[in-house]
Amino acid sequence: MLDQSYYDKVDEIIEQYGRKESSLIPIMQDIQGEYRYLPGELLQYVAKGIGVREAKAFSVATFYENFSFEPKGRYVIKVCDGTACHVRKSTPVLEALYKELGLSKKKHTTEDMMFTVETVSCLGACGLAPTMMVNDEVHPAMTPEKAIAVIKELRGEIL
Amino acid sequence: MMTIETKEILSQVCQQEQEERAKEKCRILVCAGTGCVATGSLKIYDELKKLCEDDPDVSVELQEHVEHVGIVKSGCQGFCELGPLVRIEPYSYQYIKVQLEDCKEIVDRTVKEGEPVERLFYEKNNRSYAHPKDITYFAKQTRIVLENCGNIDAESLKEYISVGGFQALSKALFELTPDQVVDEVDKSGLRGRGGGGFPTGRKWKQVAAHKDADVKYIVCNGDEGDPGAFMDGSVMEGDPYKLIEGMMLAGYAVGSTEGYIYVRAEYPMSVARLKLAISQLEETKLLGENILGSDFSFHMHINRGAGAFVCGEGSALTASIEGHRGMPRVKPPRTVDKGLWEKPTVLNNVETYANVPGIIMKGADWFRTIGTEKSTGTKTFSLTGAIENTGLIEVPMGTTLREIIYDIGGGLKGNAEFKAVQIGGPSGGCLTEAQLDEPLDFDSVKKFGAIIGSGGLVVMDQSTCMVEVARFFMSFTQRESCGKCVPCREGTKRMLEILERIVNGEGREGDIELLQELADMICNTALCGLGKSAPLPVLSTIKAFREEYEEHIRDRKCRTHTCQALREFKINPEFCIGCGKCAKNCPVGAITGVRKQAYHINNELCIKCGACKDNCSFDAIYVEV
Repeated sequence: MLDQSYYDKVDEIIEQYGRKESSLIPIMQDIQGEYRYLPGELLQYVAKGIGVREAKAFSVATFYENFSFEPKGRYVIKVCDGTACHVRKSTPVLEALYKELGLSKKKHTTEDMMFTVETVSCLGACGLAPTMMVNDEVHPAMTPEKAIAVIKELRGEIL
Repeated sequence: MMTIETKEILSQVCQQEQEERAKEKCRILVCAGTGCVATGSLKIYDELKKLCEDDPDVSVELQEHVEHVGIVKSGCQGFCELGPLVRIEPYSYQYIKVQLEDCKEIVDRTVKEGEPVERLFYEKNNRSYAHPKDITYFAKQTRIVLENCGNIDAESLKEYISVGGFQALSKALFELTPDQVVDEVDKSGLRGRGGGGFPTGRKWKQVAAHKDADVKYIVCNGDEGDPGAFMDGSVMEGDPYKLIEGMMLAGYAVGSTEGYIYVRAEYPMSVARLKLAISQLEETKLLGENILGSDFSFHMHINRGAGAFVCGEGSALTASIEGHRGMPRVKPPRTVDKGLWEKPTVLNNVETYANVPGIIMKGADWFRTIGTEKSTGTKTFSLTGAIENTGLIEVPMGTTLREIIYDIGGGLKGNAEFKAVQIGGPSGGCLTEAQLDEPLDFDSVKKFGAIIGSGGLVVMDQSTCMVEVARFFMSFTQRESCGKCVPCREGTKRMLEILERIVNGEGREGDIELLQELADMICNTALCGLGKSAPLPVLSTIKAFREEYEEHIRDRKCRTHTCQALREFKINPEFCIGCGKCAKNCPVGAITGVRKQAYHINNELCIKCGACKDNCSFDAIYVEV
């Protein structure tokens, strides 16, 4: 069970966008922005609040890749695997991160909830390929070594 | 900022701002596009600002009527790989790869003395280039859409006004009827820059013709999903006002008061800049009711995408704004008749709208002087991949690939040999050596089985495996297929399976023909543009590089050694000292040998993971050519 503060926050977000069908996606985006994932209970609450069927709300949430029902790590690392990054060898960067963090294509988030590693199709910084984004910050011209250095630095911040 | 409620005030603000800018002794433009921000340009900006503040001789506060140094965050200057970029006006010195340590020297020498810091200039072939206009990269371009990108502060409405911003809107509102605006756009020959190349004027006419509709919408497609394309993102970041002005002109022309911009989620900076621009415009009353005192009203809304490539398709995009799954629907009815909330809707992409203010201001005839007969104007491209100068460019339609790659792009990285260029992203195709001298426009590119698309150009050299490239694009479209129609949902999956087995060394005779057959079926029967064009990269690589497919299938060979499963690892006995490290590292026990003698890899057992090669201290392990 989520505590009341979550529902209060959601009420606030719903008010901001209004109780209508077209508010569904922006509301979900803001909830995810707040908690780094979309708790299922909150989605049920939103559906009721804005007057869409629960099934509809879940069908929309599962359609878009950005929504996650699983909690994400404190640092969400998006490795770009767009064309430009791919031809400039983004795969070794991803593999290095998987290895360093003990993650895989199936397992995206570390046990300690610090890191989530995902791939994206293009970050729009192709001139600096290969790139990756940590939360909202783009890191240019990555190599496996640089990617690991970034992880180490982030871990340092935590300690 | 004061409100701008009449066209007289607009002209007044414009004049004041121009005078203000003329007073500036020196102006520092720090590129704040996504690329340069990633290389640390914001820190450079802060540092330069601090350095100038510390200096008693130079005033940086934006005081009225004082000669001062202005520092602005500009949009993408286009030379992305050499960021962070800093340009100093009025000297027009272009500095590249500026580091924090360089800031002091820039302030001391250039800002105070007007002297250049030569070591920060762009250098090529032992020649250094002080000014952007001397660098072929810039000199060969024609910038219309990007004219302000990199030249103005992307977060300052005043600056946009000072370079003539909203004059086109003012002209339309007070000198032209809505029909005249539509006619001007129609006459200009402007075609949709999102990929299809549909005539914009015709689209607007169809929406304008719905005289009895109670509501109409203007929608901007900023869901630039093609991997390898970032032109629209750069416009939204670098010149958000121009895009909005273009949308307002569309609103006036077709009789709409509501505009929506759909921006992809991966562009947080575009969203932030657009939001800021909209709030400034609302504050100054350039957006809202009775704009500039006319009877035209317009409101803007931003929708963020949520990570679905298919939302770049018109009907999927409008479905997404409405709050549904972003799935395309059967057409007709078309968007111009029943678009957003079933109302007549103009849907164009960012670059298309950004062209409109120029057309209204300078006229259709001026626009027609640029580009080719059937494809007028310019096109922005993002130039990436194995190329010397990556970045954002804008050239007249009809420019050849050779000019783009060799003159502007500076040739291939490390003087590698050109192999192909992927145009139009996952919906496009590849162009080869044979097409280097063909003028690029909407129609010519179609002839070669590709599309201009939104304008991503990914250059590939001889080390790129074309079968793997085809597999890469197919895995992208397969993943992004929304699943609504069978040809795309199942067809892309089957095509991907075949491509995967080819790159894994398990290709079969007849696979090429099967791919072609599937491709033909998908192209003809898929519901939307995503599906219809999904097989194009496969078809065009088969057409141009069929022998590579055949080698993978028949000889189990990948000539570029890209496909891991087709690599063969060997140990060079001359370098191997027999330490045994590789045998220990091999996860499948494929390496055997006797200590202090050369080891041996059994390629029957080898899974081509490369662990042995990565860990050999003597570089004794190689991949056989």
